Amino acid sequence: MSNRLRHFRQTLTAAALAAALAAPLALTVPGVAVAQERGGTMNIIVQPEPPILVLGLNQQGPTQTVAGKIYQGLLTFGFDLTPQPELAESWEVSPDGKVYTFKLVKNAKWHDGKPFTAHDVVFSTSKFLMETHPRARATFSKCEKIEALDDYTVRFTLKEPFGPFLQAFEVSSAPMMPKHIYEGTDFKANPANATPIGTGPFKFKEWNKGSYIHLVRNDEYWKAGKPYLDDIYFRVIPDAASRAVAVEQGTVQQTQFNDIETFDVPRLKGLPNVEMTTKGYEFFAPLSWIEINTRNKPLDDKRFRQAMMHAIDRKFIRDKIWFGLGRPATGPVNSVTRFHESNVRKYDFDPKKAEALLEEAGYKKGSDGTRAKVRLLVMPYGETWTRLGEYVKQAMKRVGVDVTLETTDAAGWVNRVSNWDYDLSFNFVYQYGDPALGVSRTYISDNIRKGVMFSNTMGYSNPEVDQLFAQAAQTNKDEERRQLYSAAQKILVEDVPVAWLLEMEFPTFVDKRFKNAVTTAIGVNESYDSVYMVKK
Amino acid sequence: MPRIALFISQRLVKAVFVVLAIAVFNFFLVHAAPGDPAAVMAGEAGAADAKFVEQLRQQFGLDRPLYEQLGTYMSKVVQADLGYSYRQQRPVFDLLMDRLPVTLSLTLTAFVLALLGGVALGTLAAMRAGTWSDTAITVVGLTAYATPIFWIGLMLILLFSVNLGWLPAFGTETIGAGYTGWEAFLDKAKHLVLPVTTLGLFYMAVYTRLTRASILEVRDMDFVKTARAKGLPEWRIVSVHILRNAILPVITVAGFQAGHLIGGSILIETVFALPGIGRLAFEAVLQRDYQVLLGIFLLTSVVVVVFNLLTDLIYSLVDPRIEVAP
Repeated sequence: MSNRLRHFRQTLTAAALAAALAAPLALTVPGVAVAQERGGTMNIIVQPEPPILVLGLNQQGPTQTVAGKIYQGLLTFGFDLTPQPELAESWEVSPDGKVYTFKLVKNAKWHDGKPFTAHDVVFSTSKFLMETHPRARATFSKCEKIEALDDYTVRFTLKEPFGPFLQAFEVSSAPMMPKHIYEGTDFKANPANATPIGTGPFKFKEWNKGSYIHLVRNDEYWKAGKPYLDDIYFRVIPDAASRAVAVEQGTVQQTQFNDIETFDVPRLKGLPNVEMTTKGYEFFAPLSWIEINTRNKPLDDKRFRQAMMHAIDRKFIRDKIWFGLGRPATGPVNSVTRFHESNVRKYDFDPKKAEALLEEAGYKKGSDGTRAKVRLLVMPYGETWTRLGEYVKQAMKRVGVDVTLETTDAAGWVNRVSNWDYDLSFNFVYQYGDPALGVSRTYISDNIRKGVMFSNTMGYSNPEVDQLFAQAAQTNKDEERRQLYSAAQKILVEDVPVAWLLEMEFPTFVDKRFKNAVTTAIGVNESYDSVYMVKK
Repeated sequence: MPRIALFISQRLVKAVFVVLAIAVFNFFLVHAAPGDPAAVMAGEAGAADAKFVEQLRQQFGLDRPLYEQLGTYMSKVVQADLGYSYRQQRPVFDLLMDRLPVTLSLTLTAFVLALLGGVALGTLAAMRAGTWSDTAITVVGLTAYATPIFWIGLMLILLFSVNLGWLPAFGTETIGAGYTGWEAFLDKAKHLVLPVTTLGLFYMAVYTRLTRASILEVRDMDFVKTARAKGLPEWRIVSVHILRNAILPVITVAGFQAGHLIGGSILIETVFALPGIGRLAFEAVLQRDYQVLLGIFLLTSVVVVVFNLLTDLIYSLVDPRIEVAP
């Protein structure tokens, strides 16, 4: 079946290519300056459909992509993760790293016409997000005081220095919410949630559930002359094959994250009408791994876990299962983020070393050639992870470990992993630009909390690691932090609390007529106020 | 007539109890699945703390004992209140009503076309049993019956949408085109062609095979021979004598399948990106959106009960020998 399908598509691609070669070249030459003119409609895939669009209440990936055009944060981040102004035009940090003062832009308005002021910032960070947003709650609970010095100045006073405090002002981490709409109400039940009001370049127009979300240009936007686009449609297309067709036909002009299955990526890359980039995910910098329940035998033995690292060929996984997307991971910190340490114990693909480690740990081959049996709960997030499960089963079999694959759906997966009812599973988490935000949570023993997903579900506990992560978070001196994180990474890579697989990359396909789609480390979740369409 | 009225009223009274029993059963069924909506939302957020999950459970009423949740649910159901989806932040009834038109236009069109086409093709095949046209119909029917429905859908998209460019590949309308009146109707109809064909082909194959087999049984019976001996024209023999007697099994199966009308077709609605009830149900299962799922189950069970009743009534119309008995 898939062969025929592919054949059809190859024919199609070839025909389209031929047509493109005949077309004038000007369109595809990069770097040609074109006036940024107004107008144009962009269709972007959104999948799965977000439950609601109020970013302060829901931070699912697709919600961020849509609501990032409606709501804004104080800061955004360049590809190298340096902070850039958004609703805050400038900011100052006191020498002791405990006081952060933000100057806000003065002409920003909510979509209902009310001015955006420092009081909205205080309300959002000290009330709204504290109630609704787990990540923001963790950050802003470190504040002793949050106060508006005047209508356009906000001061945050921390109990103790917190290295990545600025990272907390990215739009999905701390979206600014309108005080005049939410103050004194039940945030989750507020009827205004159906018509989100932000400060962003696009306003909510219509949501035809199951079909599309329509955003239109905010004519009162605070950046003069922006945005350029007239409107954006986010299209819900649940079937992966149909999504690929939508890109081929030009029905949609952008896809992001997991919209396109990895096996479709090489084919779509060859299309003449779209460009692919893997940039724009640096802030999230997801890392995938085999989650290991270190409470269960034989996984409690460090040597067994190290053997797993040697038994699995990460390069094969990248090339054959992810079709070239990503980089084999060497440790817990993604190399595109800050404080990555590359000088750690190396686990090259070597089944012999794996077997030697298993022998040493006392797992001898039985009469049927099996040393041990473990269960692997496959993450139910699409075909690619299923293939990965099959590969891991084969690779472990080669060194004498029998892996039983278990399947479930998303609810069952979260339920079992968060309640520690598993041996092995897969997982990937975002790093949010700093180890203190997105890395330490996986490994520190404070975060061993039953029933909570994305905590230290492995049950890994090492007081030395706890100490290093705690110290590193409590200083804002980069050099000091680098040393502490390097030490932590060396220990972790030795201990293998999880078996790291890939520093993941996602493909973003953008129609070549649309420029400036990916300009920062949050890529497709950016406000799109500078995206414009080149008209012929 | 009063006999029929008595029959219908008694059946309706029974139906109320059946539907209520189904609702209770469904309630336990959906709660038997591992995990809950709070777990799903925590998984989707990519970050969570204990408070997050606890708040969600409280909001959804999941912190209450199961029997209490059942009590709350049933007392609402008897007042015709299907509950509220906290995930979607809308009453379940509104959600269903939003999705119903798409599913009904898809499944009803497919159902009617399949029934008419299937009976016609089946009759044709049976009356010419053994000829090339019979073989052709049987082969096409068998292929349509045996091929996975999503694959037919994808192939139709590739052929008519990608290669030929005649028909839109998905959605219910051209988004942002701003059509009105006749144009809007045509646009919607165009979007329905591929999904209706895909879904209809399967059902048509079922009815074709049933009709053919049933007619083959009937066509050599004595009363048909008598009709022929009387010199009746062939079309009359086929339509009045044969078909009327052969159609009962088709009605039985069609009656069953009408129950699928609300459930729609999950696969079709997914492949063609139609915002219908089937997809709503599928997503509600994955998201453990209990209220929505129960609402859909309830609606479906009502439709099944109603169609069973209709089927019984149609039996007695088609074949007066069958009497309605309370």
